[in-house]
Amino acid sequence: MKQKLKEILEKAGNEISAIKDKKMLEDARVRYLGKKGMLTEVMRGMGKLTKEERPNMGKLANEVREKIDVLLGAIAEKVEKEALSIKLQQEKIDVTIPGNRRGIGKKHPLTQAIEEMEEIFIGLGYDIAEGPEIETVYNNFDALNTEENHPSRDEQDTFYITDNILLRTQTSPVQIRVMKNSEPPIKIICPGRVYRADTVDATHSPVFHQIEGLVIDKGVTMGDLIGTLKLFAKNLFGENTKIRLRPHHFPFTEPSAEVDVSCWVCNGKGCRVCKGEGWIEILGAGMVHPNVMKACGIDPEVYTGFAFGMGVERAAMGRHSISDLRLLFENDLRFLEQF
Amino acid sequence: MKVSYSWIKEYTKIDASIKEFCDAMTMSGSKVEGWAVLGADIKNVVTGKVVEITKHPDADKLVVTKIDIGSETIQVVTGAKNLSEGDCVPVALHGSSLPGGLKIKKGKLRGVVSEGMLCSIAELNVTVNDYPNAIEDGIMVLDGEVELGLDITKVLGLDEDIVEFEITSNRPDCFSVIGLAREAAATFKKDFAVKETMPKEAAAGDINEMITIEVKDFELCPRYTARVITDVVIETSPEWLRQRLRDAGVRPINNIVDITNYVMLEYGQPMHAFDLDNISGKKIIVRSAEAGEMLDTLDDKPRKLDPSMLVIADENKPVAVAGVMGGAESEVTDTTKTILFESATFKATSVRLTAKKLVMRTESSGRFEKGLDYNNTLPAINRACELVEELGAGKVVKGVVDVWADAPLAKTIELRVDRINTFLGTYISRNEMLDIFAPLEISVEGDMVTAPSFRPDLLCEADLAEEVARFYGYNNIKATMLAGEETTQGKRSYKQRLRDIVEGVCLSSGMYEIYTYSFTSPGIFDRLGLTKNDVLRKTVKIRNPLGEDYSVMRTTTFPEMMKVIAHNRNRNIEKGAFYEMGVTYHPVEGSDLPKEKPVLSLGMFNSGGFFDLKGIMEEITDTLGMSGIEYVPITDNPIFHPGRCASLLKDGMEIGLLGQVNPNICKEFEVPEETVMGTIYVNRLYEMADFERKYTELPKYPAVTRDIAILVDDDVTSGNIINLINESVGAYLEKVNFFDVYKGAQTGEGKKSLAFSMVYRSSEKTLTEEEVSASFNKVVKTLSEKIGAELR
Repeated sequence: MKQKLKEILEKAGNEISAIKDKKMLEDARVRYLGKKGMLTEVMRGMGKLTKEERPNMGKLANEVREKIDVLLGAIAEKVEKEALSIKLQQEKIDVTIPGNRRGIGKKHPLTQAIEEMEEIFIGLGYDIAEGPEIETVYNNFDALNTEENHPSRDEQDTFYITDNILLRTQTSPVQIRVMKNSEPPIKIICPGRVYRADTVDATHSPVFHQIEGLVIDKGVTMGDLIGTLKLFAKNLFGENTKIRLRPHHFPFTEPSAEVDVSCWVCNGKGCRVCKGEGWIEILGAGMVHPNVMKACGIDPEVYTGFAFGMGVERAAMGRHSISDLRLLFENDLRFLEQF
Repeated sequence: MKVSYSWIKEYTKIDASIKEFCDAMTMSGSKVEGWAVLGADIKNVVTGKVVEITKHPDADKLVVTKIDIGSETIQVVTGAKNLSEGDCVPVALHGSSLPGGLKIKKGKLRGVVSEGMLCSIAELNVTVNDYPNAIEDGIMVLDGEVELGLDITKVLGLDEDIVEFEITSNRPDCFSVIGLAREAAATFKKDFAVKETMPKEAAAGDINEMITIEVKDFELCPRYTARVITDVVIETSPEWLRQRLRDAGVRPINNIVDITNYVMLEYGQPMHAFDLDNISGKKIIVRSAEAGEMLDTLDDKPRKLDPSMLVIADENKPVAVAGVMGGAESEVTDTTKTILFESATFKATSVRLTAKKLVMRTESSGRFEKGLDYNNTLPAINRACELVEELGAGKVVKGVVDVWADAPLAKTIELRVDRINTFLGTYISRNEMLDIFAPLEISVEGDMVTAPSFRPDLLCEADLAEEVARFYGYNNIKATMLAGEETTQGKRSYKQRLRDIVEGVCLSSGMYEIYTYSFTSPGIFDRLGLTKNDVLRKTVKIRNPLGEDYSVMRTTTFPEMMKVIAHNRNRNIEKGAFYEMGVTYHPVEGSDLPKEKPVLSLGMFNSGGFFDLKGIMEEITDTLGMSGIEYVPITDNPIFHPGRCASLLKDGMEIGLLGQVNPNICKEFEVPEETVMGTIYVNRLYEMADFERKYTELPKYPAVTRDIAILVDDDVTSGNIINLINESVGAYLEKVNFFDVYKGAQTGEGKKSLAFSMVYRSSEKTLTEEEVSASFNKVVKTLSEKIGAELR
């Protein structure tokens, strides 16, 4: 029997070292150590031994069992390693194949433009004010120092519901509401939808969007207005952007100005986009007219303020080189995807 | 307003280049839209004299001319028939350019050399109005003797720099050459001078016997100034005057009309000339029209007048609409012998409203409606008389009939130098300010500033500040940052942040934001199949819409969503999902302003069905901490499939709606079948969102899941079952999830199988099989008793 055990161990040793994969490993384990395995078979012969021989044989058998186990264990590790290595090789992929996109949506380019501007002003301590789109004639014109016969009040330019109610033509009525309901200091921007009786074409729409700003406080100067506009222009159009003010007339500001920014395409040298001027008109601005403040119960002797406004469509179309305003309201996915 | 640079330079000696001039004027407040040289595209065309005309040997219709252009005599072949020897004509030489991109080269016409081309007025882009003696159908023959070989653009005054100004409505004084020249003088710090007008007054007679003026309403007509011209000779104006009018874009007509237009351009004072012999009773009455009165105006249109309109009338009838247009009957014609000049001030709003009512807008009314200077009527009329004498158009009668009310008080404003500086953020001295005011004729005495009568826009300190700032230079003001007493906190409001969060859910669900119009057609409601009484039909109506399609404010966002889907689908875009954070508008009884409701509008095509959109809505309410949302079936909304539409309720209040679009509506709006849409009322979200989040301990013990499939009647909903299961208070039931519905051969008619997964867990121990089973069996018993459900 001793001989048999020795033979089994030797055989196991040879066979185990030739094991290449899990299956062979499992087969070997069963063949040698299983219920019907070689070792078990030999052990059956234990009954034929004498009382004195049995313990030694038992001990030997166990040693053989242990040694086989150890050999199996070692080879198992090797086999595992090999198997993993093969698996990894086979699982290699072509990383240039497109990914599986979950598909997210995008905000409309006008919203993106408005949010960018809101960010700049929130950072300067401004709140965002909102108001109704259908307004009183008082809030849209009278309170803004616009005389009774100003052409903008014409039915050719403004949509009316009744003699006293209209669709707001600018977001300035929101400023009136804020000025009437709050004490200075006031620092707000008012983005919103506005309406003008313009027929639809590549640069006009009866529905469009504006963003206006208002600051009322003690000691606000025109220099502050210019400083604010400069900062705004740099943040929106680039660090090298310059601004230029030209005298103009708005009923609700005095002094009033039209504000140009240096062309973001040619940086002021002159190109097709800026029609060779080097400047693009983008904003209206000025110091709030004392009559406007008085109408809202704010004393112009104590407080001064400035206001500015721009058309969102114009700015967005300019920056993204969008050729036709109608695209912004058609909502073609191939257009919306681009922003 | 278009003006030639040289005309402006008559009043102030500026020596800036045209570009410097335009830039400086824009920066001081008179915006230049653009400038051009009228004859810029005419090059190398000179004056020449016809010295010989012979017939062309080979062509009946052509002649061969010899033209002396000073330096040489050249040969030109032409088809014109109107030439005579000695005529001076424009000659386009070899290598010249003409308007329209035409280039002239030496060549042969029917075998005969032609070294250039003789020009007609059309070829030089001028008209018979500019040159009444020229004929349209032939070569332009220049008047009188002309030096030969001269650049034609100089000879015809086409080399002038014409500047186009954009004048804002608050500066009526700038609608005149004199006003612009004054601004230019102030801008360039040069002297400004307008010659005093001195007509010689050679005509005999007493003006007061020739005309009487009565003004009935001094509020509507503060001043009426009149003069008379006798021995009138109507003819063409001289070239210099025609050129000035042409440069300003005004058509020359005859000497008298041209003079009134010239004075209007120069002084900004519109004038009118009447044929005095056609003024009945030699009396002018400035009064309101009477109801029913009619007048044929100069453009041969009959005008219906009413008492809101101011007219110029004679003894019997209206002869002109004040400030707008004259009547045809008293129009100046070739046979006019005596002229009445009118130079008056009319109330701005009156002229504006009258012109609007009559649907007219003239150069005259355009100026009056801005409010003209009372003091300007007399200098203007005298200038007109001076020109009459200069042109030999007639004899000026001595005297002026000048009827006026009291002069309006001059406006005074206190000058507070320090305040202006703090306001602008500048350090400008009092003397510098006075230096700015002086050329603008703003006078200062002590601390009081008096505005000139031609500046109705100077009313308060802010207006003075603007005058100072625009000449100091807006761009010279130093940029500073606000230095307020307190810092302000900038942030988004609760509502704005909530909307951002909701939009975030839509974006991560793959939806694109859209912007659609706020107005719609009243016909939309029939197209949606709404009943006659549907509350959505109550709309806010626009009184003056652009068209029927934009005439009412929308009460629902569904049509616009479908339009977007149809638009995309029609362009073969295979699928899409959209959202809009929009507004719907609803009239309110007894309130002026309607209610504006913020709504989230959702729509998808080929991107999933009802349950996919419901999923997005569930994400939204979940993110906002809103639990217990009930989805209740709606079967009678015509827009949606009656079996696939639900209303969202929380705490019994409707917060939204969703459904698959009804096939009829799909067809009507051209959207694919299985398009789904929804809406959420954002006001409800503001009220009901809950952002409080409290941590609950993670489970310590494992859960046991038991699945159950039950057979129920068709009309039992999974919602019913879940409610029942939750109510049955089976111990340890943590959650029940619906996961399947099956209807088929195995369920039989009128029945379906619903499958649920029930999760059991205790927070204190691991549950035993028996404990779970006991709870489970309780549920089964309840379902069986309450709705006759059978276990499968």
